Amino acid sequence: MVKPVQRLDELVDTEALSPGHSACAGCGAMIAVRQILMAAPRPLIVVNATGCVEVVSTQIPHTAWNIPYIHVAFENAAAVASGVEAALDVLEAKGLGRRHHILVLAGDGGTADIGLQALSGAFERGHRFVYVCYDNEAYMNTGIQRSSLTPLGAWSRTTPAGKLEEKKDLVAIATAHRIPYAATATIFFWKDLVNKVRKAFTFDGPSFIHVYAPCNRGWYFNPAETVRLSKLAVETRYFPLYEVERGVYRINYFVATPKPLEMFLKPQGRFQHLLKPENSHLMEALKQSVDRRWEELVVLSQRGKQAYAAMQG
Amino acid sequence: MQRLHAPVLLSGNDAVALAVKQSDVDVVAAYPITPQTTIVEKLSKYVADGELRARFISVESEHSALSACVGAAAAGARCFTATSSQGLALMHEVMYIAAGMRVPVVMAVANRTLSAPINIHCDHSDIMGSRDSGWVQIFCENVQEAYSRVIQAFRLAEDSRVQLPVAVNLDGFTLSHCYEAVQPLEDEDVRGYLPRRRRVVLDYESPVTMGGLSLPNTYFEIKLEQARALESSKHVFREVVKAYPGEKDGLDVVDVYNPGASVKAVCLGSTAGTLRHVAKTYGFDVGVVNVKLFRPFPREEVLAALSEAGLVAVFDRALSPGAAANPLTSDVKALLYDAGLRKPVWTVVYGLGGRDLTTAVVRKLLEELVEAAYAGRQEARTVYLREVAAW
Repeated sequence: MVKPVQRLDELVDTEALSPGHSACAGCGAMIAVRQILMAAPRPLIVVNATGCVEVVSTQIPHTAWNIPYIHVAFENAAAVASGVEAALDVLEAKGLGRRHHILVLAGDGGTADIGLQALSGAFERGHRFVYVCYDNEAYMNTGIQRSSLTPLGAWSRTTPAGKLEEKKDLVAIATAHRIPYAATATIFFWKDLVNKVRKAFTFDGPSFIHVYAPCNRGWYFNPAETVRLSKLAVETRYFPLYEVERGVYRINYFVATPKPLEMFLKPQGRFQHLLKPENSHLMEALKQSVDRRWEELVVLSQRGKQAYAAMQG
Repeated sequence: MQRLHAPVLLSGNDAVALAVKQSDVDVVAAYPITPQTTIVEKLSKYVADGELRARFISVESEHSALSACVGAAAAGARCFTATSSQGLALMHEVMYIAAGMRVPVVMAVANRTLSAPINIHCDHSDIMGSRDSGWVQIFCENVQEAYSRVIQAFRLAEDSRVQLPVAVNLDGFTLSHCYEAVQPLEDEDVRGYLPRRRRVVLDYESPVTMGGLSLPNTYFEIKLEQARALESSKHVFREVVKAYPGEKDGLDVVDVYNPGASVKAVCLGSTAGTLRHVAKTYGFDVGVVNVKLFRPFPREEVLAALSEAGLVAVFDRALSPGAAANPLTSDVKALLYDAGLRKPVWTVVYGLGGRDLTTAVVRKLLEELVEAAYAGRQEARTVYLREVAAW
């Protein structure tokens, strides 16, 4: 068990990601990546799926990465990480190299859609790596097309009338593989995020962290609001913070009195149509989905408490 | 250490697996597909039995098999995968990436046709679909060659002047599942032949960024460099063959039988043996130009082999529908045109979906070819050898 970080200066003092990369002002994903890198143990290798983070940080002949980094394609980050992990495991045994910690970074499309097969395979095989999905709820790099993590009701360039389907439950998918650790996190709650990253790296097997990463370009909000929106997502119960350790659910930030969901939706252009009276059914469906998800989590975490108590005897 | 008393009876797939084991690979990532499967079955057994110190990754698709190999190679491992047909098609995206990222992956391709209709038998449609992926592509004539080429492939791929992935093609079933007496090398000879070379890898002490984004201001140069590396790998290939501690006869970039003949039959893979056997048995004035190194295409050597021929027949075991010529014919014609040689070039399409190329059919065709050459007929023809063998 690693001691939880309480203060910023307890994190690593060298930045693995250099300034000067070409991410948009107020990019939630890059804030998340920076926090994750500060928390991740060394020596570290980053495996990245195609997407915004890759595009803004690796433009030849420049690189923003001060640590070893590899990008291969969109759908295969988990498979590439499997190869890196297996290689270093064998090379260390043969005295030809050494094991590193491995961090995989992929967006919602690269994880929940095109990359899901490779991720499922890698989870099942039990490779030791931490896989982070930075979720900005659409294909932002190609210009805001819906993914399976785009929320119900949200506008995107391929859901011009609002998405009619619910967001996939990624953590449940990950947990169904019986991996040792899965969690959600977001940038406002940095202490929660960095401690989850540190914890994730302690398991001898795959861990998964679903990080909520607001995108002002895709959601149409003021770039200054990125961190506040990540806070509101949690406080409205839209994006609950929880973890699943060896199958046991625990809510890490219990939102006893949620703020109205509208507080989270209003600053975002992608939800403006939901606020109109003629779309109240969509708004209602979204609210119900958020409530249902929270109730499920409460039940799961209560079962988790009982399981935990039973384990303590 | 077990000493190998040669020769041993091995199938093509067994021979490939043995060569991979002796090459001391670190990572094998693979997914089952006929007719390749027994290669990786055997490798998984070598790993389970402790005969091969490697990680065997049973991936969930061929796309992930090659992706895992790219990751493993980037981390410094010697790695191997094998596939066929649909599996190779699924790898297609990553094949270009592996070459572009200059990772020394070695892959055996037990050649099989592509769907639809689904068919598990041999032709070269699978590898021809990845012809332009930037891999070194070697074709084997027999099981012994498949064995030797796999070992040579690691040395070639890892050479600092090459640093490219290598595909070793063996005809599905004809080679993959047929048993031949093979003369393997001793383990220590393979080890001596395949020393570990230092190269740029993912390492925290000297961080590198691999697989970065290239815009129009850099992409062109990077791809030209890569193409040049593939071009120049022909010379390295020859060095690699020269240094090989086993039998090297017939292992040059091109193997030519009966160089003075009026008719030249150009082919890839196991078919060379059939053509040579028929030409020899019946005393035809036919030479066989067996292209062993398909990419980079050995232009000078193939040209030298064809320059005196009265007629050239190119045996293509894949179609390029709608193209000016089928794949191998296209290369041969371009070569002759550039050299200013106007010769009749026949395309002989054969063996699609595993149709047997019998000696009777070959005999009839060679007769026809010789007759056309002696008559000085100049027209180019396309022949489809579709006769079904009597069972």
